[in-house]
Amino acid sequence: MAVSKRIVLRFPSRLVDRPIVYRLVKDYDLEFNILKASVTPAEEGVMVLQLKGDREEYDRGINYLLKTGVQIQSLSQDVTRNEERCTSCGACVAICPSGAFELEKGTRRVIFHDDKCIACGLCIKACPPRAMEVHF
Amino acid sequence: MSVSKPACQIDNYEAKYYHTIVMSKTIAEINEKIRAGKAVVATAAEITDIVKEKGVAKAAREIDVVTTGTFGPMCSSGIYFNTGHAKPKIKFGGGRAYLNDVQAYTGFAAADLMIGANALPDDDPRNRIHPGEFNYGGGHVIEELVAGKDIKLVATAYGTDCYPRKRLETWINIKDLNEAVLFNMRNAYQNYNVAVNLSDKTIYTYMGVLKPKLGNANYATAGHLSPLLNDPYYQTIGIGTRIFLGGGTGFVSWNGTQHNPTTPRTENGVPRSGGGTLAVIGDLKQMSPRWLMGTSMLGYGSSLTVGIGIPIPILSEEILRHTAVTDDDILAPVVDYSTDYPERKPDILGEVSYVRLRSGKIKVEGKEVTTASLSSYPRALEIALTLKEWLQKGKFLLTEPVAPLPGAESGITVKPLEIRPIED
Repeated sequence: MAVSKRIVLRFPSRLVDRPIVYRLVKDYDLEFNILKASVTPAEEGVMVLQLKGDREEYDRGINYLLKTGVQIQSLSQDVTRNEERCTSCGACVAICPSGAFELEKGTRRVIFHDDKCIACGLCIKACPPRAMEVHF
Repeated sequence: MSVSKPACQIDNYEAKYYHTIVMSKTIAEINEKIRAGKAVVATAAEITDIVKEKGVAKAAREIDVVTTGTFGPMCSSGIYFNTGHAKPKIKFGGGRAYLNDVQAYTGFAAADLMIGANALPDDDPRNRIHPGEFNYGGGHVIEELVAGKDIKLVATAYGTDCYPRKRLETWINIKDLNEAVLFNMRNAYQNYNVAVNLSDKTIYTYMGVLKPKLGNANYATAGHLSPLLNDPYYQTIGIGTRIFLGGGTGFVSWNGTQHNPTTPRTENGVPRSGGGTLAVIGDLKQMSPRWLMGTSMLGYGSSLTVGIGIPIPILSEEILRHTAVTDDDILAPVVDYSTDYPERKPDILGEVSYVRLRSGKIKVEGKEVTTASLSSYPRALEIALTLKEWLQKGKFLLTEPVAPLPGAESGITVKPLEIRPIED
């Protein structure tokens, strides 16, 4: 069975210069798509990946990452909406490149599909009441 | 049948005579019904179907008030307040004052301060790193003050014999202020532009982020719920009209700045571009941060998102007919904000109806463009429903305007600023 997940990897500075993502391809036959990366030599690195492959291989790949010391979070927890501040204006809808915001017909409320979010961060500052929050 | 007193007598006649009599109610009569908890109220969203079902004449007899609402960034918002006198006293007037590091206006007397939604801290980088974020400005100070948070006031003054203090640093809180008043010099725009970007780079405007080459289109009014679109000729909304403002009650204090009643209109009176505007005022102490929200427009500045709702008394069939305006009837001009708007060119790229805008896609220059609103429809509807509830429960009475807003007959137009060079 195939899986496809968006995950946030956090590399401690000692791992930043090691070809970790390469091993996911080579050893576990996983397909990756880098959605966002911030890697600076000698500092902690953060990478947002879409990872696709066989379920078992995927789990083994994740295990490998954890063993090497990479911290993993699932992406959907990383961009959240403060429901108190969201007014459902819609300023985010056309800004989001992955279509994570949808205008609900009828109520005209803006729905946030966090499973579609690629954590690019464009909505964070484009949101006038600053309702979108990113947590890395 | 819910009609006011004189109409009740008429009601005793044969129904066939009924339609020959021109329906008319007065605000005083409607207020009597509101006090008795018997007023028949509909929102501007509900009235469309009511009119379709019952027809104008019957709906006009039955409905007493139609409620409207709008909730969007309104940049010309501000507050003024009186702090009370420190001991020894200080004269803010002519000095400098900061509220949470955001500069306040000190051009008034000793203890009065004013701050506008667009004010910024001196050390805000603005657009030096473009696009600036404007995470905290006057709008946010207003929201925090309304929320009951302590605000840091730092002021310097030149000192006088009667006001000797030259420096003041203190926390202030809305509950300790003598008066705190919201005053907006222009809002509730009667129709507005749809903003697009024809250039090949992203632009950052008060109409939001506009992606290059017609990447998106942003519009800004609550459409069929918007107050002045439901009373296009200002037949009921005038100076002194009591309104929902920021979660409390306020009043229309004047026409807004850039009030443009002579703008071209459609057959049913709806302006085809920015028309009338309102200046409003109200007691800030009654208001709530849910309806006054500090707002940051990327690359543009800080602002305040304000909730306004206006009741429209159904005094005649004509007034009722206007409140039945639909999104189909409202046309908005599509304007390029990369060149035409900043260069003050009158060109528009076309007109689109609010039905099209709300569908999520419009066609501009042959291209399908995704639309989004800057004003919140669900929150505008919540305002109209809240006002409806206040009226039904007798918590809110209508006022008779003390003077009308200038209409088309006034000849008032919006004048541009023609620059006259200053020679040394």
